[in-house]
Amino acid sequence: MKLELSAEQRTARAEFRAFTAAEIAPHAGRWDREEAIPPSLIDRLRETGYLGSNVSPEHGGRGRDMIVYGLLTEEIAKGCSSVRSLLTVHDMVAHAIQRWGSREQKERYLPRMARGEVLGALALSEPNAGSDAKSIETTAADGGDCWLLDGRKKWTTFGQIAGLFLVFAQAAGKPAAFLVERETPGLAVQPLKGITGTRASMLAEIELRGCRVPKESLVGRVGFAISHIAAAALEQGRYSVAWGSVGIAQACLDACRTYAAERRQFGVPLADHQLIRRLLTDMIVDVRAARLLCLRAGWLRDAGDPGAFMETMAAKYFASRVAVRAANDAVQIHGANGCSEDYPVGRYLRDAKVMEIIEGSTQIQQITLPLFEFQEF
Amino acid sequence: MDETQLKIKAFLNRFFKGHDLQPAEDIFALGFVNSLLAMQLVAFVEKEFGVSVADDDLDLDNFRSIQAIADFVARKTGAAAEVSPA
Repeated sequence: MKLELSAEQRTARAEFRAFTAAEIAPHAGRWDREEAIPPSLIDRLRETGYLGSNVSPEHGGRGRDMIVYGLLTEEIAKGCSSVRSLLTVHDMVAHAIQRWGSREQKERYLPRMARGEVLGALALSEPNAGSDAKSIETTAADGGDCWLLDGRKKWTTFGQIAGLFLVFAQAAGKPAAFLVERETPGLAVQPLKGITGTRASMLAEIELRGCRVPKESLVGRVGFAISHIAAAALEQGRYSVAWGSVGIAQACLDACRTYAAERRQFGVPLADHQLIRRLLTDMIVDVRAARLLCLRAGWLRDAGDPGAFMETMAAKYFASRVAVRAANDAVQIHGANGCSEDYPVGRYLRDAKVMEIIEGSTQIQQITLPLFEFQEF
Repeated sequence: MDETQLKIKAFLNRFFKGHDLQPAEDIFALGFVNSLLAMQLVAFVEKEFGVSVADDDLDLDNFRSIQAIADFVARKTGAAAEVSPA
């Protein structure tokens, strides 16, 4: 067993780190206040191939291995969780298409998603259906030569600018998933503002009113949308959120290391106070442990191991809680400064809290993870 | 049971503890199938038998029993062999 990155992986991480330091981190606070990321940054994500980097070479993508994919996610998240969330949702939709889409759907969308020409968004959650995804109320009626979608989706990340929505609905009481292009008549987008964290994620409500989509927009088969299509997308999302949480926690540690060394109270740097060191110790160990769980999940995902589902969920569960603890302590270490926009740790705390809710809440995972464990004994 | 069926049974036994699953027994009728099993079963079949489960294969009848899964694997491996170059 060798617990170290390859030279290629280290090189890739250095590239991601430099990109984030130069083009994301300096602007993240402003994007958070403006509740949007600029088109110019999305152009740069296209140019660098960071969008849709999980798409296989067969479909025009880079097919990054899961470790490099994770490193990309962590480094981007260190700079801005909203940018990370763009990669997360876009790649979730790409993953679902790659996993369960028809040959025609793959040919139509994956090359464009790999180039970032069309942005994907997941339209699963609704005003009355969050964790209880099977209770979605959006309907899909068989219109003969088409499907007619009616309903309302909420909390759709980057719904404001997405070009392709993976929409979940009930077709005669059975869950079904559809690829719906933004220009489809009957689809309307309403921006959501004032979100606690990942505020630049350009959330939207999606209204579907008599939205007519072709028969071939159905992904997989009716009845399998939650158990297979959403499950595949969410598993990809959990992996991304797990690494994104590590990124937040590492950013907290980086900020605190600098602040504790420079800030002096009672005549010495904060770092010389034992209670500050205790907080830093927890942060240091937590970040390393969370990253190791993510690496293990990535290794199993690359191997196509059935155990990857549990390990990915475990990584997301642990890392998202680590991010909240680290950010909470980071604000504490920064004191009043941590509560001001002059320092990023307040944003980290707001962003970290979101990680405990999305792609399976902490409580859903507390219910689910033991079920995996019982399988093994 | 042949080797393929035994491997499938060993995998499914994780989900049906205390029950001696028979080759033709309907696992959906037993009532323990959930999304955890659904996705792990797909990954298991793909990894263990080297086949690819595609969108067209999303049919409960392909996964309804040990026998059904074994038949599905046989069809997929047979189909793969047919299209492989000589």
